[in-house]
Amino acid sequence: MYNYRTHVLLCYGGACISSGAESVKDALKKEIKEVGLQNEIEVITTGCMGICELGPVMIIYPEGVFYQKVNSGDAKEIVREHLLKGRVVKRLFYKKAETKEMVEMIKNIDFFKLQRKIALRNCGVINPLNIEEYIAADGYMAIGKVLTEMTPQQVIEEVKKSGLRGRGGAGFPTGLKWQFTAASKGDRKYVLCNADEGDPGAFMDRSILEGDPHSIIEAMMICGYAIGSRQGYIYIRAEYPLAIERLSIAIKQARENKLLGKNILDTGFNFDIEIRMGAGAFVCGEETALMRSIEGKRGQPRPRPPYPAQKGVFECPTVLNNVETYANIPYIILKGGDDFASVGTEKSKGTKVFALAGDISNNGLIEVPIGMSLRTIIYDIGGGVPNNKKLRAVQIGGPSGGCIPTQYLDVPIDYESLKDLGAIMGSGGLIAMNEDTCMVDIARYFMEFIQEESCGKCTPCREGTKIMLEILNRICEGKGKMEDLDTLEELSTVIKDTALCALGQTAPNPILSTLRYFKDEYIEHIKDKKCRAGVCKSLMKYEINPEKCVGCGACARKCPVNAITGEKKHAHIIDQEKCIKCGLCYSTCKFAAITKG
Amino acid sequence: MTSICNEKELTDEQKYKQLKEFINKNKDKEGYLIQVLHEAQSIFGYLPVEVQKFIAKEMNLSVSRITGVVTFYSYFKTNPTGRHTIAICLGTACYVRGAKKVLEELEEKLRIGIGQTTKDGRFSINDQRCLGACGLAPVIMIDGDVYGRMTAEKLNKILEQYK
Repeated sequence: MYNYRTHVLLCYGGACISSGAESVKDALKKEIKEVGLQNEIEVITTGCMGICELGPVMIIYPEGVFYQKVNSGDAKEIVREHLLKGRVVKRLFYKKAETKEMVEMIKNIDFFKLQRKIALRNCGVINPLNIEEYIAADGYMAIGKVLTEMTPQQVIEEVKKSGLRGRGGAGFPTGLKWQFTAASKGDRKYVLCNADEGDPGAFMDRSILEGDPHSIIEAMMICGYAIGSRQGYIYIRAEYPLAIERLSIAIKQARENKLLGKNILDTGFNFDIEIRMGAGAFVCGEETALMRSIEGKRGQPRPRPPYPAQKGVFECPTVLNNVETYANIPYIILKGGDDFASVGTEKSKGTKVFALAGDISNNGLIEVPIGMSLRTIIYDIGGGVPNNKKLRAVQIGGPSGGCIPTQYLDVPIDYESLKDLGAIMGSGGLIAMNEDTCMVDIARYFMEFIQEESCGKCTPCREGTKIMLEILNRICEGKGKMEDLDTLEELSTVIKDTALCALGQTAPNPILSTLRYFKDEYIEHIKDKKCRAGVCKSLMKYEINPEKCVGCGACARKCPVNAITGEKKHAHIIDQEKCIKCGLCYSTCKFAAITKG
Repeated sequence: MTSICNEKELTDEQKYKQLKEFINKNKDKEGYLIQVLHEAQSIFGYLPVEVQKFIAKEMNLSVSRITGVVTFYSYFKTNPTGRHTIAICLGTACYVRGAKKVLEELEEKLRIGIGQTTKDGRFSINDQRCLGACGLAPVIMIDGDVYGRMTAEKLNKILEQYK
């Protein structure tokens, strides 16, 4: 054991690994050894630091210097200049999006400064593959406190006091869920963790499992103690191999340290956890479908009641929470429910993790107090929309959510306000869309998604979404009628009221919210046969401006269907009958002579 | 957990033996069918009817029960796939940042569509709902390796690495 003078924290989240973090680590270690500093400097690989756009990223402590877009070639300079001689490498500093001003310290970067981390408290701070680092960060202290100082009812009261609500969708109070399950009679009860993060654009659960897997294990143990359960299952998507690997390692380490298994911490408490992999079905994020899937069956939902608190997996009383919800639990136990409840709004307590994606400068993962405005999130933390484009809308809540237009950017967001705006908190996927986005196409995209993922059990979802998709396809092809808009609204209401599970009941949301805020775009598609964003191909036309065309013939050579003709050094023309609107001519022309619209 | 691909080709007999061992090792676990199917697919590459029948026999379940589960989940394949599987993410973030273009380029280049395999058995294309790598959108994943910020131009270079 060495007393290291400097720690290099290198982000080993999924995105940074894809950007080359592994080769950076190897290069750093090699250089450090070459200059003989291996006993003074330690390189620690951590979970996601959140700012995925700039990966691979690293922080050097104790100074707190932040480097971005590091590649293996930079390792030599970092080691020989910064670590050996104490001269920071300025060219790798973070640059402010608007002013290009360089920022050296992590504490001065807005992206990090405005956040409040509870669920992500250890992500990007500790090495997730080392249980000792988790323990050093107060890990497994909460389960110790619970087992030795608290009764199950006291645990439930503390969670209730915190005001924590489910972070996966509807926002049901977590403490109440535990209370109901604890009150159910039964020899066998189960603790489930929903890690089937299906909403496209959401990746907080993956990052928590990859960056701090032990916190989920500990939270499930606490829940197990509170409700009287001996067995937990984590249901995780097969699409997340890295998260599965790290979680498996964490469970193994917990067993080796006798934190899972029999007679935990000599208190007589028994608990173990098993991983169950999903197999690519979005509907399995719905609680009753998820339980079927854990049982090894087709993941089709069933009507409730009975609720899982009475009859869940294997017909036994069951608690199901999602990953982010669990990640808050150890903090609540150690710091107290009141501390947690001091953050957030009146009805929505604590913080929320959001995944920033789409047309936004700082793509990545953030955690902020609930009640922050979208403007602060998109512009101050997210760095705004890149390439001088304008923001069009923010999609929040995935396929069950909605598109919020820019006039509502200042609304403090919590469970209630989002619902009023026609969206939902959902899992917290937040996708910025710039002016090049066609809102009708987005509604069509989500309906296509839902249609593909509908399990087919109930008619409103199976048939209703199909008809809605057909209508939207028609509108995008310029064949829509004005009556279609009324039909869409009517179908939406019926499906909302009659579908069996949450997947179907919320499926119309993307359509309803775009109809509410962007009806003029629908009308443009129908009446003017025009897509202002230039996304809907059937409504698009490529034309050559004869004044700008120099007759070089580059476009004609590229055109896959020979739709472009013309003599050399004379203006060319596009045969609209033949044109398949692939856009190759548009991207080939060096003289900006081709217009699209 | 399960290995993504087998380094050296096993005989059918060895494959069935491997699967049987996995089933026996976990036979006390309740509702383990989907995990068994994952293992079987990683051994055989896909889940033909013979394998489904074998699992039914070993686990004492009806073949229809197995087929019902296999066909419900998009992850399970009943046809052979290529040596390399290209998963293209069509999640919202990737969609907004041009995944459709990448897919068109891919389909054009390999002359196959989603769910199909090239004639030489080199590549299959799958669509994915979201790979959770939205920060790097648009994203493709080949045999478990994620490639971010994809463009039509980058595609050629990347495909070259997979023979």
